[in-house]
Amino acid sequence: MRPILLSGHERALTQIKYNPDGDLLFSVSKDQQICVWYSHNGERLGTYKGHQGAIWTVDVDPTSTFIASGSADNTIRLWEIKTGRCLKTWDFPTAVKRVEFSEDGRQLLGVTEKRMGHLGTIVVLDVILEVDAEQSDERALTIVCDESKATVAGWSYLNKYIIAGHEDGSVSQYDAKTGELLDNVPVHELNMQVTDLQWSPDRTYFITASKDKTARLMAARDLEPLKTYVTDTPLNSACITPKKDYVILGGGQAAMDVTTTAARQGKFEARFYHKIFEDEIGRVRGHFGPLNTVAADPTGKGYASGGEDGYVRIHHFDKGYFDFKYEVERERERENRL
Amino acid sequence: MAPSFDHLRDADVDEDDYDEDEIDISDLREKYEVQLEQGYDTFIVIDGLPEVTEEQKPKLVKFLLKKLNQVGRTKEDQVYMPMENGKSLRFAFVEYASAAEAAAAVRQLDEVPLDKKHTLRVNKMTDIDRYGREGRVDENYVPPKIEEFTEKEHLRSFLADPSGRGRDQFAMYRGDIVGVFWNNEKDPPENIVDRNHWTESFIQWSPLGTFLVSVHQQGVQLWGGASWSRQKRFAHPFVNMLDFSPNEKYIVTWSNRPISIPDEGHPQLSLDEDGKNYVIWDVETAKPLRSFANLDIPASNDSHATPAKQQPKFPWPAFKWSADDKYVARMTQGSSISVYELPRMNLLDKTTIKIEGVMDFEWAPATPQREGVKQYEQLFCFWTPEIGSNPAKVGLMSIPSKQIVRSLNLFSVTDAKLHWQSDATYLSVKVDRHSKSKKSQATTLEIFRVKEKGVPVEVVDTIKDTVINFAWEPKGDRFVIITTPEPTGPTAVAPKTSVAFFCPEKAKGSAVGNFKHLRTLEKKNSNAIYWSPKGRFVVVATVANQQSSDLEFFDLDFEGEKPESDKDLTANLQLMNTADHYGVTDIQWDPSGRFIASWASVWKHTMENGYHVYDFKGELLREEHVDKFRQWLWRPRPPTLLSKDEQKQIRKNLREYSKIFEQEDAERGASADLAVVEARRRLLDEWLGWRASVEAEIEEEKLARGLPKHPVEAEAKAPETGEEQVIEEIVEEVLEENEEIVP
Repeated sequence: MRPILLSGHERALTQIKYNPDGDLLFSVSKDQQICVWYSHNGERLGTYKGHQGAIWTVDVDPTSTFIASGSADNTIRLWEIKTGRCLKTWDFPTAVKRVEFSEDGRQLLGVTEKRMGHLGTIVVLDVILEVDAEQSDERALTIVCDESKATVAGWSYLNKYIIAGHEDGSVSQYDAKTGELLDNVPVHELNMQVTDLQWSPDRTYFITASKDKTARLMAARDLEPLKTYVTDTPLNSACITPKKDYVILGGGQAAMDVTTTAARQGKFEARFYHKIFEDEIGRVRGHFGPLNTVAADPTGKGYASGGEDGYVRIHHFDKGYFDFKYEVERERERENRL
Repeated sequence: MAPSFDHLRDADVDEDDYDEDEIDISDLREKYEVQLEQGYDTFIVIDGLPEVTEEQKPKLVKFLLKKLNQVGRTKEDQVYMPMENGKSLRFAFVEYASAAEAAAAVRQLDEVPLDKKHTLRVNKMTDIDRYGREGRVDENYVPPKIEEFTEKEHLRSFLADPSGRGRDQFAMYRGDIVGVFWNNEKDPPENIVDRNHWTESFIQWSPLGTFLVSVHQQGVQLWGGASWSRQKRFAHPFVNMLDFSPNEKYIVTWSNRPISIPDEGHPQLSLDEDGKNYVIWDVETAKPLRSFANLDIPASNDSHATPAKQQPKFPWPAFKWSADDKYVARMTQGSSISVYELPRMNLLDKTTIKIEGVMDFEWAPATPQREGVKQYEQLFCFWTPEIGSNPAKVGLMSIPSKQIVRSLNLFSVTDAKLHWQSDATYLSVKVDRHSKSKKSQATTLEIFRVKEKGVPVEVVDTIKDTVINFAWEPKGDRFVIITTPEPTGPTAVAPKTSVAFFCPEKAKGSAVGNFKHLRTLEKKNSNAIYWSPKGRFVVVATVANQQSSDLEFFDLDFEGEKPESDKDLTANLQLMNTADHYGVTDIQWDPSGRFIASWASVWKHTMENGYHVYDFKGELLREEHVDKFRQWLWRPRPPTLLSKDEQKQIRKNLREYSKIFEQEDAERGASADLAVVEARRRLLDEWLGWRASVEAEIEEEKLARGLPKHPVEAEAKAPETGEEQVIEEIVEEVLEENEEIVP
């Protein structure tokens, strides 16, 4: 199907996120506003205005009541989806690069930048899941990353761990209750930063994307590397598709080098790999800048990508996507049916 | 990590924790003792002179001086010949003007025969003092210790492919890693060895494929054998280039920085090499044979030479080898060619060959067999431009006799290029001529039939355009040229080119007919010709070009129908396939002529570096993008050991062999597919197993925590116990509104 081109942003996209039902798509960009779209037709529902700097990150709570956003204006804001009202602003000393709601939506983590003498931290905030409730200013937990700053982080299944990806290419596992560092594994090449970390639907494993041109699938419980997807371009984002065993990787020539290279060279394509066999299955072209973020529809019907070119492209999968199967998988299905 | 010079140096540094005073270095000190200036450096001692009387002495001295003055300056009163009882003691002392001359005398005059009975033995006086002083020489003969024989690795074990398929090897240099692989056609190449930082600048194979050469700041190393251990090292500091003799007996290394021997000495080089740029080494012993300094290239004040055609600063290779490793020659542009005999590296007949104006020379790539010439010879060809009223000349010289076998006078010559056919059967001289006004250019090809009696010369077609490339079919008699209407200048867009094929006419018997033009393909971008090493197939390609990068695969013995116009020609040209490899910079055939690799090297540009492998028909077998891909080199093979008859036998029974091979291929293909499926099945099982274990674990944990199975669903379900809400939205859209006035 033809992709839907969303041209609501004026600057590079930084993150896009589907709500759990897959009907809404939130997008944030460096142009200081959050947009929400109907994912099935690309109509814009509205915007959330208030941030004073580039917005780096957005997340939706599991009930599709709130969104949280983190910005270069050193705040995390909590918004009501329905009305666009800003419910709460948490201030930080530095920019916020990543926010994520826990599985139950009762906690929110934020990754703050290392700058101006402040070390990078991962903060955890308690959220009361009611629109009119007074949200607490208190931080439930602060994890200081003194070795290498965290660039991305997320909650594992049952809110058991906080998993963080670091600037030096390593991935850490923290105890989500105490903030204690349980493990740190150098997953990607040294000093090739982890650019994205997204979860499987049940949050038991996750995929990391890195500038070292690989994406890796890892288990949350023991940080065991499960799969590696090798590409020929630095990666900015990676996600796991529900329903089908694929992963989608996005990246491309670093934004600053784009003007000096031919479009052919840019590799601005979304790449599909088979999650289990690690083979590349296909590519989707369209962006004319590197892909900064990709997101899979939780219902498995499509995916969206946001690029440095300022566009979001929503794709709905064709029949071929659902029919494609390896012979081995078919064989397994037959066995199971018997 | 591979043991390299680098590595060794590190190891040295690591040994800092030793107390330096404790190390007993007296043996080393003795060995590498530096001879300080003792005032005797200019003296040499000559042994092996005939016994003479006082009367005969001046005559002998005079005779000696003739020889002595060939290498340096000395005078009669600087030769001292001790006498005893009116007879000479058969030796003499000679003083030279400088220590360098003395050293030269030792090198060049030692073992030079004086007459039939006497051979000169020349030594430095300081050496005699050092090694021959009393006590230094043991009175009793101690037999030298002969090292226990240790079997070396088989250096040609690579020819035996363990899979029995006769695959070829290649080396790949990408990033900082050098690896050697078996070519597996469509499948990923099979790695044999992979080492990080194996080389510092580039890699090279020796011409018969025995050694892999790595180049370091400290020198050159050769690797080989099944374990890829270091075989030889040639410590030429800051080496830039190297070149093997065709049979791998010798190696020339070159550095643009003159060698400077440090005070504490050098493990391989001696003071003789100080200030030199080229070193010629014996590969077997890893010892330097002789070293040379760069020649100054005379500034071209010839009015014919256009500035664009000026010679590069240092032509490479400067030392060119004859086909059998017996001679190496270097040209001094415009005046002479020096031919050295190996392994002694002395000048042939002690003189350079004076050829006024010589611009270029080229050895025959194979030992020629000329009709009617029985004795051994090597040939080289050279050309000289017009000087004054003398015509330009192309000559063929036979070595060691130094006879000019054939020479050809040419007029209005701007430039000439010499191209030997690989068997030395033909020599083609591409002559660029200008008209009298020097305004228009034309090119002729003068082909010398070296093996025929009297070396007849045939002129092929006058070509109006500039010929930018020429290539003979290896072991064959056809050739391809590429021409362009405008000279290739520094223009942004390379001009269109034409590719022309030539072949001999059919002739009676075994004779080869006249060379005729076969076909020209116009409006191409091609700029490079790659013949299969076995002949017949040729790839014409556009390399290192921004706009296009195509490869065209031609067959010159196409087995299909032959056009009527070509019926008298010994070729049937057919374009088999075209391929496109974006950004290709280099192309190389494998030594068997079955495969061809093309690659885009990061040395030339950074776009889509990687390689393609095609079969000889031009079918793409494999392509891979490799970051920072630098070099691909097929491992050469030594010539076959099969006799002509055996080869013929094989060719005759090819059908039977191919049946076996095809069956093997099919089996392997099937088993490979099976292996892939098996691997996938395993992966899928592993994955499903892992998922099951994780899911079970979570169930357990949820139970332990008293959480519902699906927290979100449970929460969502809670309010749903009420009534289901149906929301209906009615959208009214006004399509058209008309107002009608009802009367």
